[in-house]
Amino acid sequence: MGRRVLVTGLGSFWGGRLAQALEQDPDVDVVIGLDTTEPQVRLERTEYVRSDENYSILSRIVSATKVDTIVHTFLVVDSTRTTGRRLHEINVIGTMNLFAAASTAGSTVRTVVVKSSALVYGSSPRDPRWFSETDTRRNPARTQIERSLLEVEGYVRDFAIDNPHVDVALLRYSNVLGPKLSTPFSKSLRLPAVPSVFGFDPQLQLVHEDDVVRSLLFCINDGASGIFNVGGDGLLPWSEIARICGKPTIPLPFVGTNLAAEPLRRFGVDIPPELLVLLRYGRGIDNRRLKDAGFTYRYTTAGAAEAFIRAVRLRNTIGDRSDEYRYHEGVERFFRHSPAVVRDE
Amino acid sequence: MARPTKASDAKALVPVSLPPVAEPEPLDDPRRGDVDEWGRSERMRSLARTLYAPLYEKWFRVEWEHMDRIPADGGALLVANHAAALPSDAPAIMHGIEVEMGRPVYGLADHFFRSVPVVGTLWARNGGVVAQPDNAYRLLREQGQLALVFPEGTKGPAKTYDERYRLRRFGRGGFVEIAMRAGVPIIPIAVVGAEESMPTLARVPAVAKALGIPYFPITANMLAFGPLGSLAYFPAKFRIRVLEPVTFDVPADQPRYSRSRIMEEAESVRQSIQEALYDMLQQRTSVWFG
Repeated sequence: MGRRVLVTGLGSFWGGRLAQALEQDPDVDVVIGLDTTEPQVRLERTEYVRSDENYSILSRIVSATKVDTIVHTFLVVDSTRTTGRRLHEINVIGTMNLFAAASTAGSTVRTVVVKSSALVYGSSPRDPRWFSETDTRRNPARTQIERSLLEVEGYVRDFAIDNPHVDVALLRYSNVLGPKLSTPFSKSLRLPAVPSVFGFDPQLQLVHEDDVVRSLLFCINDGASGIFNVGGDGLLPWSEIARICGKPTIPLPFVGTNLAAEPLRRFGVDIPPELLVLLRYGRGIDNRRLKDAGFTYRYTTAGAAEAFIRAVRLRNTIGDRSDEYRYHEGVERFFRHSPAVVRDE
Repeated sequence: MARPTKASDAKALVPVSLPPVAEPEPLDDPRRGDVDEWGRSERMRSLARTLYAPLYEKWFRVEWEHMDRIPADGGALLVANHAAALPSDAPAIMHGIEVEMGRPVYGLADHFFRSVPVVGTLWARNGGVVAQPDNAYRLLREQGQLALVFPEGTKGPAKTYDERYRLRRFGRGGFVEIAMRAGVPIIPIAVVGAEESMPTLARVPAVAKALGIPYFPITANMLAFGPLGSLAYFPAKFRIRVLEPVTFDVPADQPRYSRSRIMEEAESVRQSIQEALYDMLQQRTSVWFG
């Protein structure tokens, strides 16, 4: 019997990308996607279920569909996307309900993959050059997003201890760049001049969006369990990343940086406080553990920056080429379930 | 008059949607600079060496003894005494080894530097690394590099002139533990001359506190040269003696080592540097001419 996979956050960038990839896999029988919003990408056989943001419906879905794998891509790691209270609901309460559903008696879940972020390590002058999975952050978490991710990881740990028969993989990603993803980080690299903090040129690590999806698939298929850092090889100064993108840097003052970042918000580049700290001290995460488990990266840090800027240049010329897709419930139901549609087998 | 489309061309009416892009080949690593993972840039170092060379050769007239005791390859932890309000010993040691041996030297120092704008970046580009066990282990064990450390920390340069050449406590012996874990020798180094290049007459703790820096010295240079004196060194003669390497007969990569053994070894390294300093001072006839 093939795999039955539940993807949380189907309407998000990562959920959609992952579901598309899972549909290609003949070993995956069923893909179920859960989200508060409709999918943004064209999907062939994924079943979309609308839920509220803290997933109270989840335990019913798990017991009704008998999924064996849950992939939690719904964690918000970009604080500009949502407000404080919603963030708490989605990240903390959502994860709590997810694990409550996965650990009910008779649960068929055997694999859980959680997409977290290297934000849990923070960024401070005291940091080691490379954080390993066992390291903890050196300065207290000040922003709500970091605190909520730390709480989420606490639930993941508890679940892994209480359910030793389940493979739990917790993936911490460094900053993602790629042709399609839009984050405050990628938006600042698309400005005519890239913001930096005066007098600082931090070492940063990037991961390409394809490697993000591939690493999620790797953990789903190979049942790797434990905590894994995911980031491309190499650390690059921020000035060099800007240089790869062919942009000059425009320094923000090192005192009152937050205030100086305000005008950028008018250009739609909302630089969150955790990114401003990163632009001072940078961060490197040791990716060797996932490599030892058998994963190979397609992109280095510099390669991810190069691939990103090539896609940006192409898009600047030919426009946004992602085909216009609108989810329509009736249409999707027709193609999946109507007896009028001729299906193979 | 437009003709109706032929049936065979009907496909042309379907809105063109680009075919799914095949997975692209991974790109070659398109690096533009030479900054390594520690933030050190050989280009920047070479520029700094060019600028520093006259100071090294003409001003401090640095002379080395037994530089051959520093291994030509493989990791080693260089341990030296630390002095002068604005320490002049670290650049001299790093410059000398890089020029003579052609090996990069990474200077392990307090994380305070990283939080200072401009200074922190220049410091990193010139081989400064936060003194942190994981960093030191990676440098020494995995990359086989030379790392320079001053176990006295800020207590060394902060001491006043009347306490010159008397070594402070060598921290908690963390440097010994790192050398043990990394399985590399410790090379003790004694430096004479740095103390007199910028002697501290008094410290002003209130100013240090207000500025958020480890110490604020009033130096003899400030009295002699005015504001310029906070950067200008006296031309003291530098002598740097490399002592016999210290190796430990313990296996590397242990999670922990005996604390008493660590303290014992740290104290013996401190003793050997202290004795070498006294020996060198006995032979010194002049502060300025050696």
